[in-house]
This record gives sequence, structure tokens and C-alpha cells, in this order.
Amino acid sequence: MTNERTTSTERGRIRISGFDPERVTEREPLSGWTEETGGETQSRWKRAFTRFKRNRTALIGLSVVGLLTLLTVFARPIVIMGVTVQPFGLAPHDPGTILYMQDPSISTWDAPSWAHPMGVDGNGRDMFSRVLYGGRYSISIGFVVVALTASFGLIYGAISGYYGGWTDEIMMRVVDTIYAFPGLILALIVIATLGRGYWQLVLAFSLFGWVTYGRLIRGEVLKIKENEYVLAAKALGARDRSIIFRHIAPNAMPPLIVLASLNIGTVVIGVAALGFLGLGMPPGSAEWGTMLDQTRDTLIQPPGGSIPWWATVYPGAAIFLFVMAMNMIGDGINDALDAQETGVEQQGGG
Amino acid sequence: MSLRRFILKRILSIIPILFGVSLITFALVHLTPGDPIDQMVGVNPHVTASDEAQLRDRYGLNRPLWEQYGVWMGNVLTGDFGQVYSNGRDVSAVIMMRLPETIALGIFGWVFGLAIAIPTGIYAAVKKGQLADDASRFIALSGISIPNFWLGLMLILIGAVTLSLWPVLPPSRQPLYHPYMLWYLVLPGITIGTAAAASIMRVMRTSMAEELNKEYVTAARAKGLPEQTVILKHVLRNSLISVVTLAATLTASIVAGSVVVEVVFNWPGLGRELINAINGREINLIMAITLFTGVFIIIANLIADILYAVLDPRIRYD
Repeated sequence: MTNERTTSTERGRIRISGFDPERVTEREPLSGWTEETGGETQSRWKRAFTRFKRNRTALIGLSVVGLLTLLTVFARPIVIMGVTVQPFGLAPHDPGTILYMQDPSISTWDAPSWAHPMGVDGNGRDMFSRVLYGGRYSISIGFVVVALTASFGLIYGAISGYYGGWTDEIMMRVVDTIYAFPGLILALIVIATLGRGYWQLVLAFSLFGWVTYGRLIRGEVLKIKENEYVLAAKALGARDRSIIFRHIAPNAMPPLIVLASLNIGTVVIGVAALGFLGLGMPPGSAEWGTMLDQTRDTLIQPPGGSIPWWATVYPGAAIFLFVMAMNMIGDGINDALDAQETGVEQQGGG
Repeated sequence: MSLRRFILKRILSIIPILFGVSLITFALVHLTPGDPIDQMVGVNPHVTASDEAQLRDRYGLNRPLWEQYGVWMGNVLTGDFGQVYSNGRDVSAVIMMRLPETIALGIFGWVFGLAIAIPTGIYAAVKKGQLADDASRFIALSGISIPNFWLGLMLILIGAVTLSLWPVLPPSRQPLYHPYMLWYLVLPGITIGTAAAASIMRVMRTSMAEELNKEYVTAARAKGLPEQTVILKHVLRNSLISVVTLAATLTASIVAGSVVVEVVFNWPGLGRELINAINGREINLIMAITLFTGVFIIIANLIADILYAVLDPRIRYD
């Protein structure tokens, strides 16, 4: 403990232990008695992780998400600025290749076969390759949007909750206002304004998507700031910024992580829905939702008399599978962290 | 604070939000480069620059933005949402024509959701930990994970195309209450209600299971009430409160879902109109539908809050 008191400015100050994860990690191996007081913060995540590992549903979800992510990364080689970062290509064809141009035996709307396990779409492109590749858009947008909105919401909510008073009042009115619109409708209008595209989609879902996090974090901060350790930090003369980010924010993380993990699926469905409405990625992109946009008419007016069901079934099933797996992870994280909060051991099934 | 004061305060609190909602609606639509005049001119090469200026002048599109907002807001407050540029019809007339269709769809979705979710939720909570519970949890998780537009497409594929139980397109030129229309409404209704049903199921199960552990349940059982009475009269009533808190969120998700589902099923409601308006850059129509959605959700939230306060005497008003 004494080896940490180095600067002279800290002389005479009371050191409060047991609330600061960073210091606790340092002290852990040195002495036995800190285990009980300091161990609390450190092992909170560890214990949640243990609980998560025991949850079979969550593990299935995790492996499905992992598998889909790997498949989409290795679907086609990735070249960044002339350098091949990822040389493998699991998908047999480029998602944009029109097959009948190379091989006249293939025609549009060919049914699934060994050569084309998910059939051929209306432009003569291999569906299997497109479905594999399409995950790149949906999955990456999902994670990027959630990272952006959760970070911004964390800062926004922390400031609003910590300062209170008029700041809080105004900041929460802004949140209430945005809350009055369904996120999908706001995203629709933003895309209508900015045009279709990858970063436009990211912006469309991020611009207003942070309010849920903002509101959640504010509520958490209101509870956390009543704790003695916050008062102690204030009494020790800590700056507001350091109190918010070192003492309050880390304790508001569990609900934030739960919400974020459940939110990824929502964003992925939202991106696909915009694609389906023709307001996502540019037409012809191998994005799951955009692919479905082109198949709706085939149900009403089947090309050549028979319905190419594969064009509708597979891209949607891919979205469904990914979102379902993501929600399984989210539920698992929720159970793991929630049991932690209340100190209740998991009671089978959760 | 008394209940009446809480309600009054809550109603007053929506005034700044309504103002903010109108501001966001206006700003989102007007920060766009280009206006409907560009759209019109784009298709007609014979329009001269002076014609363009004249058109802009006529629709007030050449004034500063804040002035346009003031004019728009003033008109909206008197119930005038402007006109549809392409055909000159009143926006409010278009909304009034489309609204009943969307409301019918929404009500059907809600009824379907409640009808499925409440019995299943009760059943799952009573059989907690058993196979039936696991199965219902899996179904609920699927319900919240399935993209509604794909569910709609699959229902068309199975119900309309393969089994031929439903027509593929809505019967045209039939009034809403016509039996054909009501029958056609089933598929979009299921599509829109599934997510709501799944969410309610999850909440019902959790809150029922929680209530079942409370002392009043033991007391009711101890005094010899049949299990059915205990669950359906005592426990259910208390668990339904948590469904009320979910109501506003679900209404918002049904409103958003209606946009997608109406496009899938070609249902002539407000959502499909919004997509058409976006594609045709009909500013007045986009603003009116967006504003309408916002106000509707604010009111839904207000009602849910008040209902919650009335139903649960334990909550504190602050």
C-alpha cells in the first residue's frame, strides 16, 4: 500500500480502498487481507463470466455469431489499399458475378443444386456466395452503430445524471423528444436525406439511437452517485470528470452492456428493413435486406410460373439466425450480470 | 403529490416535447439538398429558371428556413398540413384516408399479440423450468428475433402461395370492413403482432413467476382457494401491470413495424404512404406523417403512464 504513495501532494490524504479496480489489481498478489475488501470489484466480472460460461443457450448463441462472423470475413478476400489482408475465399463466386456470362448452362432463377446450394438469383448470381458475403454489411453495421451509440449515450447520460438540475432537465427533454419517434422512421428519413450507402446507414442509426443508452445511464448514475464512495471521492477533491469516468461510469457498465448486446440484433434488423424498403445499401448490393427487396415481386408474379422460394428464404434466414444468436448472447449476459447485481445465484433457467 | 396533480403535470410536460418533435420533423426534412421543385423539374426539360422561381415562390420554398418553419407550424396548428405537390390534394385528406387502414392493422396486431402472449405467458410461468416453459421461451426468443418483413414474406409464401388460403394482394376497391378485407388482414396482422406477442410473453412469464413467489399467493392457497382462482384472479391481475408499462414501447414498435409490413402486404395505410412520400420527395406528406407518428407515440406514452399510476397504487409520483 505504501509503495503507491509517491507524490508529495498526496500527503495527509485519506486513501479509500476497495472502489478502484485499477489499484485493486495491483494489490491483489501482495497481500491476503485485501482479497475480501478489494476482491469484490475485481471478481465481479469474473463471476459474471463464470455464470455466463455455464449458460448453454448463451454459448450456442456465441458460437453461431462467431461462426457467421468468420464465414463472412473469409467469404471473399479482403484487399485494403492494394494490400491483401485476408487471402481466403470460402464463397465460390464473387457476389457480383453474373454467372450466365461465363457459363451458358446457368440461367436466372436456377433452383438450388450442388453447384449452387442456395440457387441462383434473378440476375444470375450465386445466392450462396451472396448470403455469405452479405453478413459483412449487416454484422459490421450492427457492431459499429452499437459501439458509437453506447459510447455517446454513456457520456450523455453520465453528464445529465451527475450534474442534475437544469442541465439534466434540458438534456432529458431532448431525449424525450427523440424518444417520441420510432428509430426506424427516423433512420428512414435520414437515409432519404443522405442517400443510400454504408456510412449513411451507420449515421442513420447512430444519430438518434443513443437516446436509449442516455436514458438508461442517467437512471443508473442517479442511483450510483448516492453511494458513499462518490462522496468520498468528492471530499478528497477529485475533479468531476474523474469522478464520472473513474467511479460512476464503471459501475453503470453492467446494464449498458446488457442493453448493447440486445441492441445489436435490433440494429441488424433495422438495417435489413431499410434495405428491404430500397433505402439501405445501393440496389444490387449483396446485403441481406437489399437482396429480399428484389424478391418480393417474385412471390406475386412468379418468373416463369414457378416461385424461386430460395431467393426469399435464405437471406432472411441468415438475418434471423444471426439476430437470434445475438439475442441468446444478450439474454445470457443479462442473466449473468443481473444475478451479480442482486447477489442471487442463478436459479435454473433464469 | 395527488394522482390528479401527477396527471396534470404529466400532461403539461408534453408541451415542450411536442414543440421539439415538430422541430425535429421540420429540420430532418429540410436539411436535405434539393427540394420537390428539383424533383419536378428533373423530369421536365421544358421548365425554365423563371418557372422554377415561380413555383418556389408559390410553395414558399424560397424563404429562410425559420420563416418556413413558422408558417408551417402556424398552418399545422390550424389543421392545415399543406398539399401533396404532385397531385395538389390536401395532406390532411390523404392522412384521414390512410389512417383507418393503419389503425385496423395496429389493433389486429395488438389483439393477436395479447391473445397469444397472455395465456402462453401464464402457462410458462406456472410450468417454470419444465419442457413447456423452455419451448415457450424459445418461441418468444424467435418472435423477437425474426425480421418482420421476412416473416411477412414467408407467410405470403406459405399461406397465400403454397396453401392458397389468402389472396396474394389485398382485394382492391373494397371498404375496410368488408369480409374479404378482414380476412386478408389476418396475415399482416400476425406479422405485425408477432414481435409484440413475443415481448409480452417474456414479460408475462417473468412477472408471473415473480408474483407467484409472494406471500399473498401462499396466503390465498392456504385459505383453500382453488389454484385456478389464485392464478387467474390474484396473480394475473398484478402481473398485467408490467404489461401496461410495456404498452407504450410496443405501440411505438407496432407503428414502426406498420411501415415495413404495409409495404410487404401492399396494405394501403400510412406506412406505405410514407415510403411513397419519401421516394417522391413529398416534403409536406413526409412531415405530416412523421409529426403524426411522434404525437401519437407521445399520447400513447402519456396514457400508459397514467394507467400505470392508476393501476398500481404503490408507485411514487415525482
